[in-house]
Amino acid sequence: MKMRLINLIKRAAAVLLFAPAVAMAAGAVLHLDKAPVSNDPAALQHGAKLFVNYCLSCHSASFMRYNQLENIGLGEQEIRDNLMFTGERVGDLMKISMRPAESKVWFGVAPPDLTLVARQRASEFGSGADWLYTYLRQFYRDPARPTGWNNVIFANVAMPHVFWQLQGEQVAKVTQNADGTTSTTLELVKPGTLSPAEYDKAVADLVSFLVWMGEPVADKRKTIGTIVLIFLAGLFVLSYALKKNYWKDIH
Amino acid sequence: MTTKSQAVLNWIDERFPLTSTWKAHLSEYYAPKNFNFWYFFGSLALLVLVIQIVTGIFLVMHYKPDASLNASGVPVAFASVEYIMREVPGGWLIRYLHSTGASAFFIVVYLHMFRGLLYGSYRKPRELIWIFGTLIFLVLMAEAFMGYLLPWGQMSFWGAQVIVNLFSAIPVIGPDLSLVIRGDFVVSDATLNRFFSFHVIAVPLVLIGLVVAHIVALHEVGSNNPDGVEIKKKKDSTGKPLDGIPFHPYYTVKDIVGVVAFLFFFSAVVFFAPEGGGYFLEFNNFIPADPLKTPPHIAPVWYFTPFYSILRAVTYPLFGLDAKFWGVVAMGASVVIIAFLPWLDRSPVKSIRYKGPIFKIAVVIFVIAFFILGYLGVLPPTPGRTLVSQICSVLYFAFFLLMPWYSKLDKCKPEPERVNFK
Repeated sequence: MKMRLINLIKRAAAVLLFAPAVAMAAGAVLHLDKAPVSNDPAALQHGAKLFVNYCLSCHSASFMRYNQLENIGLGEQEIRDNLMFTGERVGDLMKISMRPAESKVWFGVAPPDLTLVARQRASEFGSGADWLYTYLRQFYRDPARPTGWNNVIFANVAMPHVFWQLQGEQVAKVTQNADGTTSTTLELVKPGTLSPAEYDKAVADLVSFLVWMGEPVADKRKTIGTIVLIFLAGLFVLSYALKKNYWKDIH
Repeated sequence: MTTKSQAVLNWIDERFPLTSTWKAHLSEYYAPKNFNFWYFFGSLALLVLVIQIVTGIFLVMHYKPDASLNASGVPVAFASVEYIMREVPGGWLIRYLHSTGASAFFIVVYLHMFRGLLYGSYRKPRELIWIFGTLIFLVLMAEAFMGYLLPWGQMSFWGAQVIVNLFSAIPVIGPDLSLVIRGDFVVSDATLNRFFSFHVIAVPLVLIGLVVAHIVALHEVGSNNPDGVEIKKKKDSTGKPLDGIPFHPYYTVKDIVGVVAFLFFFSAVVFFAPEGGGYFLEFNNFIPADPLKTPPHIAPVWYFTPFYSILRAVTYPLFGLDAKFWGVVAMGASVVIIAFLPWLDRSPVKSIRYKGPIFKIAVVIFVIAFFILGYLGVLPPTPGRTLVSQICSVLYFAFFLLMPWYSKLDKCKPEPERVNFK
């Protein structure tokens, strides 16, 4: 009886050893490029400029105030002069005049608010920044789409390629792999005003700005965190010494 | 103590059992002197409870349980959380403490429960402590589940939708029961408001009551220890247990060390990885709830996933009732069965230190099965994964249901007379 029980338990252990291998199979994979996210104020300011000029007319950033851009090194007057085009006040939220219900009728989908987009797009395949960096560089010409544009990692996306003048026009080349899967490569057929390297840098700056906007407090959080951890490490030494002292008589 | 403060104390003691309570629960509560690492997690669970209550109080000052859309088309509840994160001074810290605290609570409680399993803390005369503890775990799950709806993100919404729908699988009363829980036919503003009410007042009250009962019951019978021997059996001439030391100051100063160490790791997450890699704050939950857009994959938060896997593992209908119902039964049973441990364990010894190889192997298999179930619970199901989770679910239940036999058969070592200390 006892031997049988032990054998049963051994068999169960063997099953458990193979379990992860079976569990790992399956699942679609997203190939993302690593985004060179920067904390540099110049990059963030350039990203803010691109954001306000290219994104903010359809997408809102409704949790952000214009004057919070002071945290990336801009003065209030600079914000007013360069980043505000209508009658907003500098303390206003970065809203848009297009109403979501209407834009849904016009575009089929309301352009989402972008304040948190860098946090939303994170997945097991990479950070939200990686996703955005890949997405904004992988638009290609597709006459079958109403906008004339399609995207490699966001198939049949409703948004047209807003940076087409900067990047130029890409076309997709689909090749059949040996294992039956297909892979898509993009080819630049009509250059834009920026070279590919310059365009990548511009997108990286925009993505850096979106990451910053997703959590403006992130830098401060880490600074405070360092102080907290140093304090707790010191407190640990003291509390341990206190415990040792009290416990020295316990045998 | 000066005569004046002594006089004040006397005045109080004649009207309220202050000194006697202090003595009974702290300065003259004798705890075994051989507590090890595993014994930190009880006091830490209490600490996390306090963190959650205090941060919760401040969150409620700014949070709005309102599912209607604001002018930008964002649900008010979701927007109020971002308002806390961005505009309330220190709000981000309070929110991250609370969201990290939820996961920390489960980590600490799982380790606390595992300690009980290792050292037989559920055995006679501590059955009621264990039952109160299981109830605390159950109530904690309800608290966490309802709290998770409040940020009103995609995972909040769809997670609640999936879990509340489970109740509709119960025969006869199911559909009406899920309607009562939601207060609507789908998860909506009504659901958000009642979950808010439950999360901030009803469930915490029950939780605190159960925690008090848990500690009162513990102090009535005294703490178990890693050797599983009763220290009250060997007393000195004054009636104090020979292997016991007063909880205060010995364990208060020791628990402070545990608290500081815990806060170090807790703060590391709060300040440097508050999303917990997408496990503490799920990425999809930064998208406002959209009742018209079902996410491709709905995963519960990590602390529910072992039980969620057991739910999904049941794929066969039985007695004319569909698999979903039996899944709910299995999931409920997987939690409730923990309460029966005191009567399932027939071993002559309490502690794993003196238990035989069968029990030790069984515990190892149980822990591995629990981790695999947890891992599979975050992934979308495939036939292979379902098979693995079925095997692990069987192992999970076998650990409990076969315990009366294997714990009796096991070749145990004799328990010592006194506890081992250094």
